Amino acid sequence: MNSKLTNNIANLVFWMFGFTILGILIWFLWHILAAGLPHLSWDFITGKPQEIIAGGGVGPQLFNSFYILFLSLLFSIPFGIGAGIWLSEYAKKNWFTDLVRLSTEMLSSVPSIVFGLFGMLVFVTTFGLGFTILGGALTLALLNLPVLVRVTEETLRAVPDSYREASAALGATKWQTIRKVLIPTALPGLVTGITLVAGRALGESAILIFTAGVTVSRFAPDFNVFASGETLAVRLWYVRSEGLVPDAMEIAEGTAALLVIVVLLLNLLIGLPSRYLQRKAAGK
Amino acid sequence: MAIKAAEQNSSPPSYTRAVKRNDRLMHWLFVGSAAFVALIIFSIILFVGNQGIKMFGDPEAGIAEFFFTTDWTPGEGKYGALAFILGSFLVTGLALVIAVPLAVGGAVFMAKIAPNWMREIMRPATDLFVGIPSVVYGLVGLTVFVPFFGGIFGTAGFGLLPAALILAIMILPTILSVSEDALRTLPVALEEASYALGATRWQTIRKVLLPAASPGILTGVILGMGRAIGEAMAVQMVIGNAPILPKGLTEPTSVLTTQIVKEMASPFGSTTNNALFMMSLVLLLVSLSLILIIRVVARRRAV
Repeated sequence: MNSKLTNNIANLVFWMFGFTILGILIWFLWHILAAGLPHLSWDFITGKPQEIIAGGGVGPQLFNSFYILFLSLLFSIPFGIGAGIWLSEYAKKNWFTDLVRLSTEMLSSVPSIVFGLFGMLVFVTTFGLGFTILGGALTLALLNLPVLVRVTEETLRAVPDSYREASAALGATKWQTIRKVLIPTALPGLVTGITLVAGRALGESAILIFTAGVTVSRFAPDFNVFASGETLAVRLWYVRSEGLVPDAMEIAEGTAALLVIVVLLLNLLIGLPSRYLQRKAAGK
Repeated sequence: MAIKAAEQNSSPPSYTRAVKRNDRLMHWLFVGSAAFVALIIFSIILFVGNQGIKMFGDPEAGIAEFFFTTDWTPGEGKYGALAFILGSFLVTGLALVIAVPLAVGGAVFMAKIAPNWMREIMRPATDLFVGIPSVVYGLVGLTVFVPFFGGIFGTAGFGLLPAALILAIMILPTILSVSEDALRTLPVALEEASYALGATRWQTIRKVLLPAASPGILTGVILGMGRAIGEAMAVQMVIGNAPILPKGLTEPTSVLTTQIVKEMASPFGSTTNNALFMMSLVLLLVSLSLILIIRVVARRRAV
């Protein structure tokens, strides 16, 4: 009787845990969107920012967010996927493999502010570039790398060995097997991994404050990689901490809602094709 | 046709040679990328550490002073960082106290109790929350928690408590999903054996499932801890940024990350600026030791 009663109580408590967590998540999302959506207008999303007077927009920041994201993926995807392929397809059990694995894990644990200081030390000071989109994107690439390596290795490992054997039996070299068999099969997983990385990179602020700076170019959109490039997340932090604009709260709330919407859309837009690819691969 | 094939065998056409050359070339490119990725962490330790150690070149700044005193007054040559180090651990510990029971309870619920439809809602929701930018968490802390605690405690509301609460929400999805994974991948036989002995579901969860999944849950907790201790922007927005030990849960204070952000405008190469690199070296070493702990835990799990 007693143990039955405790069981029922425990059941109830676990249901409460579940609803509490779901409640927190829904409340959080609702709060951001309810506070920010009223501030979102076409002028706000595309307009130029103001430093002292109210009514500025976040157009250049929105552009910079994607531009820096694109550049950082451009720098990190070849190395990340390359290292992932090596770990899954070539690596033998020796000290070098252990070293690569350990240092990738260590890299994934580095706090983003430490990346920020490192990027500042290397690109801003040592190379003397100052605050630039290039420096920001290169430092951000370091944040992406360990996740890309892990996702690539995991997805490639999930490809059955019979695929490799069949390809080898047809006389294909290892590289031909990787290019024509393994990568196409693993593509949905890779795309999901890249979305994960992109979402994280898009919201990153600590790295970019110290490498890409908190100002935007006078020209928008400015493709010059040596210009400084404030992003949406950095803008949100800046107006709430150091900015002088009178409508800082409206800008911050609007930017927060915009960021969340962008992250949501990114998940949907890249998630859908990946699901389609997965279905195609499974239904073949 | 047969003659043509024989000709190909006797002298490999340039096509085959190109394929072989590509194969070797790609192999070396992959090895190169792996070596490059491995090299980064060491160059970070080297660069950041080297810049940080320069601070002790200033006769006013001593190693013992940095690690064991709490007086941070760079204007008078006092560079004690103990308050920030303690603050970092305090805020992380507090966040864990709030997040871990909720996350582990939620993980048990999702893995073993929740009906399918609820799982279908909760899983993408937690995934989404991992992707929400940390500054957005900070803004919610600033607009909701700070005024809320200010009203209750009669202070400005900035301090450890709103920071810990924000960090708890931030790391909740991480701990939840890793723990749920650990619970879900347990062998079904464990659970069935327990039920066959007449145990109730709660008894099975408490005596069998949680102990069996504990290495995985611990890994999740450590991952969450790493994220909390390294978080800068969200904490900086709600902690009040006073370079002193906290007097209460809602009194302004600082942690390692926020102090770095606050003082980063100091001139590069000054002792203050170098001290910030020393602080990030401390952060880096703490994060790296967390990874080593996870490795030890995982090895125990494999046995």
